[in-house]
Amino acid sequence: MHPFELIRAIDVTEAIQGAAESSTAQQGVQVRFVGGGTTLIDLMKLNVEKPQKVIDINGLPLDKVEVLPDGGLKIGAVVRNSDLAHHAAVVRDYPVLSQALLSGASAQLRNMATTGGNLLQRTRCVYFRDTTMPCNKREPGTGCSAIGGFNRTLAILGTSEHCIASNPSDMSVALTALEATIHIQGTKGERTVSIDQFFLLPGDTPHRETVVEAGELITFVTLPPPSVGNKSIYLKLRDRASYEFALASAAVVASVQQGRITRIRIALGGVGTKPWRSLEAETALDGKTANEEHFRAAAEAALRDARPQSQNRFKVELAKRCLVRALKLATRTA
Amino acid sequence: MSRDKVCKVKTEPEETSSFGHVSRRAFLSRLGATGAAAAVSPLLGLAQTQVEQDQAETPVKVVGAIPVMLRVNGQEHQMQIDSRATLLDCLRETLHLTGTKKGCDHGQCGACTVHINGRRINSCLTFAAMHQGDEITTIEGIGQLGNLHPVQAAFVEHDGYQCGYCTSGQIMSAVALLNEPCGPADADVQELMSGNICRCGAYRNIIAAIQEVRQEAKQGVTNASI
Repeated sequence: MHPFELIRAIDVTEAIQGAAESSTAQQGVQVRFVGGGTTLIDLMKLNVEKPQKVIDINGLPLDKVEVLPDGGLKIGAVVRNSDLAHHAAVVRDYPVLSQALLSGASAQLRNMATTGGNLLQRTRCVYFRDTTMPCNKREPGTGCSAIGGFNRTLAILGTSEHCIASNPSDMSVALTALEATIHIQGTKGERTVSIDQFFLLPGDTPHRETVVEAGELITFVTLPPPSVGNKSIYLKLRDRASYEFALASAAVVASVQQGRITRIRIALGGVGTKPWRSLEAETALDGKTANEEHFRAAAEAALRDARPQSQNRFKVELAKRCLVRALKLATRTA
Repeated sequence: MSRDKVCKVKTEPEETSSFGHVSRRAFLSRLGATGAAAAVSPLLGLAQTQVEQDQAETPVKVVGAIPVMLRVNGQEHQMQIDSRATLLDCLRETLHLTGTKKGCDHGQCGACTVHINGRRINSCLTFAAMHQGDEITTIEGIGQLGNLHPVQAAFVEHDGYQCGYCTSGQIMSAVALLNEPCGPADADVQELMSGNICRCGAYRNIIAAIQEVRQEAKQGVTNASI
């Protein structure tokens, strides 16, 4: 591991000023914030991340979950995944988020991983993690080893000729279906970004994954109040029953009245280069009767633009069936 | 009680096993040292021996090391440590608490599980210097010979191991699980223990051991928490 200076930040302004010395907040960053460390320290051991300075943000007052006056939720950036998953308001009002969090990683890792860190979780593409192999995300311009290589677990939506790395987060898929807002603080003040705008498609700059700039810190995530009578679910399909990344997953937030879908939000995981909001599937279901025929049509719409690779063609059908099953569970009346 | 520690080179007394013989750990260490000496001694001769003696007497201060106070199993340790030192390496290499094991070193196997303020974490994925003042508990702080924690006793009773390498991590996870939200079924325990890999495949016995302790705790037979 490369040597670095470790600093314990005690207030947000100090943390931001420390990070502003960096030229970027993306791959190649010189200053990193550390929360749980479950992604960063792993990648530092592999020399994929080589920050010269690491700012420990665990002492910052960003560790609370608060119910907002409008009924929404404000989640601090260093709230642990396990605390968020078991928070009474999350279990009651946002079960999709609780389920997504508890389907990710292990109990130990969930006790460490933070809300902000999970949003910034890096891909599990084996070439990104292997410094002996070309990877446009890790070393821009070196090429993509995954195209034509080992790509069974990688993305089929939002890919480019430069990168097909999948986003590994479960939490971010649920937050996408819940239309979360990310609160970011920097040297120029605070700004908010909708979660769908937060993540960038790889295009020809796969090393840029989010809109976060140098010196900016995720401080909070807010959720809109839960819509009345909605049901939500996170369904995750993977190679093992537990402690494995998604091959395909679906987060569904649905309101059904007299058998008709009145409001629906859909996001897919494991298949996209970012947590994948499917407006196509939502449009296909809006105002429709909740039945299998319409669910299948929505799934077809969601995967219409899928570009499978040499080893992951199966993901197209798997993702469709995953979404159909999630829709059935979320709209079940009994 | 506070002890001032800096990273030392070969200052610890040779470990012996309970049978009075040289332990496996000390034997392996000596093998390594002999190998190194054999490789360099023809060139360095006496000078090398002198360096080794100096090192043995003078604690080496690591450049760029940061001062940190770690509270492990109720005991405070004032140390100078490299910012890169993971909690796992610090526990094993600096404090010589070798009950915590290094498996994958990437948060995938759970062998390094310890408790921070009562919650289980992977000690390989956190820097030791991030835990100033935290209450750190390792397997050495869970129970002792003759006074086993109920989870340890149940692992013995149910044969919850073969080679034993993952066992301290399994036990640390199981002890923490007792205080976590967990359903009553074996499947619920399996899900919450999935972060601890057992290469020997003692899973069934591990689940049986944990379920027995949970049952006893429910009936008030044992005080199965720490």
